[in-house]
This record gives sequence, structure tokens and C-alpha cells, in this order.
Amino acid sequence: MEVLAGVVEWFADPANWSGTDGVPNRVFQHVWYSVVATVLALIIALPLGLTVGHTGRGGALAINLSNIGRSVPSFGIIILAFLLAGFGFTPALVALTALAIPPIVTNSYVGVRAVDPEVRDSAEGMGLTGWQVLRDVEVPVAMPLIMAGVRTSAVQVVSTATLAAFVGLGGLGRYIFDGLQTQNLPEVIAGAILVAGLAVLTELGLSRVQKTVVPKGLQASHQQTAVHAQVQSASG
Amino acid sequence: MITFDGVTKRFPGGMTAVDDLDLEVPEGQVVVFVGPSGCGKTTTLRMVNRMIEPTDGRISIAGDDIMAVSAPALRRGIGYVIQQIGLFPHRTIGENIATVPQLLGWDGQRTTDRVQELADVVGLPDDVLDRYPHQLSGGQRQRVGVARALAVDPPVMLMDEPFGAVDPIVRSRLQDEFLRLQDDVRKTILFVTHDIDEAIKMGDRIAIFSEGGVLEQYDTPENILAEPANDFVSDFLGSERGLKRLALIPASNVEAEAGPVVSRDDRLDSAAETARRYGTDWVVVLDTDGGVVGWIAADQLAGDGTVADLSPRPFRVLVRADDSLRAALNAMVISHTGVAVRVSDDSRYEGVLTRAALTGELK
Repeated sequence: MEVLAGVVEWFADPANWSGTDGVPNRVFQHVWYSVVATVLALIIALPLGLTVGHTGRGGALAINLSNIGRSVPSFGIIILAFLLAGFGFTPALVALTALAIPPIVTNSYVGVRAVDPEVRDSAEGMGLTGWQVLRDVEVPVAMPLIMAGVRTSAVQVVSTATLAAFVGLGGLGRYIFDGLQTQNLPEVIAGAILVAGLAVLTELGLSRVQKTVVPKGLQASHQQTAVHAQVQSASG
Repeated sequence: MITFDGVTKRFPGGMTAVDDLDLEVPEGQVVVFVGPSGCGKTTTLRMVNRMIEPTDGRISIAGDDIMAVSAPALRRGIGYVIQQIGLFPHRTIGENIATVPQLLGWDGQRTTDRVQELADVVGLPDDVLDRYPHQLSGGQRQRVGVARALAVDPPVMLMDEPFGAVDPIVRSRLQDEFLRLQDDVRKTILFVTHDIDEAIKMGDRIAIFSEGGVLEQYDTPENILAEPANDFVSDFLGSERGLKRLALIPASNVEAEAGPVVSRDDRLDSAAETARRYGTDWVVVLDTDGGVVGWIAADQLAGDGTVADLSPRPFRVLVRADDSLRAALNAMVISHTGVAVRVSDDSRYEGVLTRAALTGELK
């Protein structure tokens, strides 16, 4: 109970809400790292997953590389990148981006592959070019799965961006890292609560984005929802 | 007109799907490719719009080599319907039908008008256009598939088991509607099925393939049924070949015999004499306008009085000139008289059709 009171006290202290070490700034830093890493991952992973899915070639390789990437601990990557690049934004960004890539590659690949072969066949048979098939048919139909991958990645990145504090950066990890060093348990818990809250907000926000980018005709389909949930849990 | 000139398709691994095929699909006709699985019928169809490229030989449409233009450009000018239809699940029915017009850059109004027109042509209710494919019944989806293929009014259509995914009743209705539509639009159609009955019903001409893509016979359904080229073809036509032929011949082809006819006013002994003269144990009773009342067994025609004293039994089925001889045979087997009674369009008695006459027609 004492600790809980300490946490409430921590949140109530105006000193924790202003300046470099204040919550607004730390949240901003945390979001900034996460957004940059996720966008970078999208830029790398989406074309890769979609291309492999569209051509049907190199699928096994892409999935295996993704799985290997996922099995390497983020902390390990951060330390490795830190050893190679030193303190700063770069090692954290490399680690977070590497973490975000596999779910997006896997889900966009699986999503495009899962497009009914008859739908692809009729699209080609009506004279859509390969690019048009991808843009007008495969991507829209795969969108529920693609978005599931993006959500998984983004939430993982938000959680893991906490580790940025270990290589001298800011973000919400500072509270946890510094709190542990100064044995300030309420600060550690406050940091953890903030990270968890931000992760939940990320998930909720992206759910709304998904509603707008998934074509209406697919949203009503229960079948799609089931597949989506399945792959999301498999990749999460 | 679609021309196959020495067309061969060998797949990697050496399997020959189509073997040196020469064939012409006449303009405005429905040519049905039929055969067991592995006979290359679908492969042949898919080579026409270059979904599969031939290993050897040349295919031309209206004299133009299909390799002369890019595959997408070629395909936009050819209607394409497949068994599972392959509707885009994320687009409304209207948007699905508008796929090729949009690829060709039609303006919005022209596209909307055309989609509306096609919905009417294939018998889709208007409110379906704003729905999504998963909200439609199987039969409706097949109609959408046909409408989508007709969108830019292509002269040539490729149909790969287009009615294969619906139940027999809906299939039969879609076939009938499609034949009526084809009477109006007169497309050059290549139609693939594994169902010989569908081939006989839909085809102006039928190409029968055997395993390995060998063309065994290419002719009208009537000629194929009358004279199968070899054992493969007659096996494929099945044991009911005679019945299938009868289904293609109109009842008007066979001369109706006068038959033992009596009127209600006839005396019973004269009616019995009529039956004796024709060698039958029944007589047909007509009313004064020549309409068919029914029939009476000869052993009832005894004693004093007239035919009007007896109650004739009705014929359950009457045959008209444009019914098939198969319908006539059906009428024969369900009637005790063993004949089919043919009537004119205004239901007047024309005569009776006998089994001997049917057999004579099949010779």
C-alpha cells in the first residue's frame, strides 16, 4: 500500500509534469522513437512482404528470415547496435525497426497469398496488369491482415522503446531505468504504467485507422475477421 | 472467329495438355469443349486469352494473332467467366461489373449506364448493385460473372464451367437464360464443361477431347450423337445416347399417324370397329372442335349406345410440334396406349407418334 501511495504521489507531483524529465516530454520522446521506427519498418517490410506475396517467390525465405529476426531478443540487438554505433538514436532505432519488420513482412505476405486464387485469376483474365492486380485487388483484400501486422509491430515497438533509456536516450524508459538505479520504486511503477497505457492507446488508435483503410465489403465478412484474429495471435 | 493452328501445350515435366490442335470456332456460335479431366479443355481455353502461353502453334481471333498485342490489352477485349466467378470481395457488385470499363477509361456516366443495362440483361435486381459479393446467392453471383464479362460488349467470350458451382435447378435456368441472351448478342463463345448434357444443350458445335489433349471429334451435337467418330466418343456420350439424340429432335420432324379416332356421337360398335381397323386396343376421343378428350379401352366399346355414355381417361401429357422427341417418348411410356398424342398450338388433335416412328427417325 505504501508503494501504491508513492505512485499516486509521484503522479500528483507537479515537478514530474514539466521540463526535460517531465511526463509530457518523455511521452513525446517515446512516441517519436516509436513512430520513426515503425514508419521505417513499414518502408522496408511492406514492399518486401507484398512483392514476395504477389510473385509467390521467396516466400519461405522471407518468412524464415522474419522468424529468425523475431527470435533475436530486442535487448540483444540494442546492445549489439550500441557496441557498433555507440550511444544515441541510431542503435535504438536499428533495434526497434528490426523488431517491427517481421510481423509486417509475415502478415503482408500471408495476406496477399491468402487472396482467393480465383479472384486473382479473374483479375488477370479481365486484363489487369500485375501492378493493378497488386494495387486494386491484392492489397485491399489483404488489408485486414496487413493492418494486423502493423498493429502488432507498433505495440511491440512502443513496449520495447523503453529500452532506449539503456543507451542514453529519453522516453518513458528513463523512469524505469533511473528509478531502478536510485531504488525509487514508485517512479519505476509510474513509468511502467505510462508505457502500458501508451501501448493500449496505440492499439486503440490503430484499430480506428484499420476501420478506415479496410474496404467496407471486407469488414462485414466474418470469415475475414476470423483469419485476421488467427494470424494476429500467431504473429503476436 | 477463333482459329487454332497446330497449337500444342507441353508443361514443364513433359506432360502434354494439348496436342497439335487445329480447330475453328465460327463467328457468333457457341463451341463447347468437353472431355474428362486432364483432356486439356481448360488449358486450351486459357491459351486464347494468354493466361497460358502455347508451346507451339498459333491462335488468332478474327485473323489477328493473339501475340500481336500485350496480354492485358488482349484480355480486356475478351469476356472471361470462370466457375468460381472470382468476384472482387472488397468491391460492390456495381463496381465489379464496371471493372473492364474502368480499365479502358470509360467516363462515369457511361459506365453507370452500362452497369444498369447489364443488370437488366442478366436479370439482377437493382438493389443488388450496391451490395457486396458475399451478400449474394450463388445464382446471383453467376449472373454478375456473366454481366462483368459482357461489360464492354466483347465479340469473344471464354466461359470455363460458368454454371458449375450452382445447384441443378438454378443451373438449368441460367443455361436457358444464357441461350436466350446469346440469341440476341450472338457472341463467339468458347465454353468448357465436363458435363456432356450441358455440352449438348449449350453447344452449336461440340469438341470432344480425350486425355492428353487429343481432339476426338468436332461437330454439331446432332451429328456427334448420330455418328460418334470412335469408341472413346460413344463411351463418353454414355449409354443414353439415343435419348440424348431424341432430346435434340423436334416432334414436328416425325410424321404423325392418323390413329383410331372417334367422336362422342359415334356408336359404340362403330368405335370398336375403328379400333379393330387400326389394330389397337384403345381409341382416341375428340370433341367437335377437334380437341382431345381422352382415350377409351376397346373392351369397353360393347353394347348399345354412343361413346358419350362412357367416360374417357385423359392423356396426362400431350406433345406439341416444338417439344422434343424425348418428351414424346416420355408421353408414350407413361400412357397405357403406348403412343404420344401430338396437338397443334391451339390444342387440336394432329395425330399419334409411335415408337416405331421414333426408331425410324434415329436410323
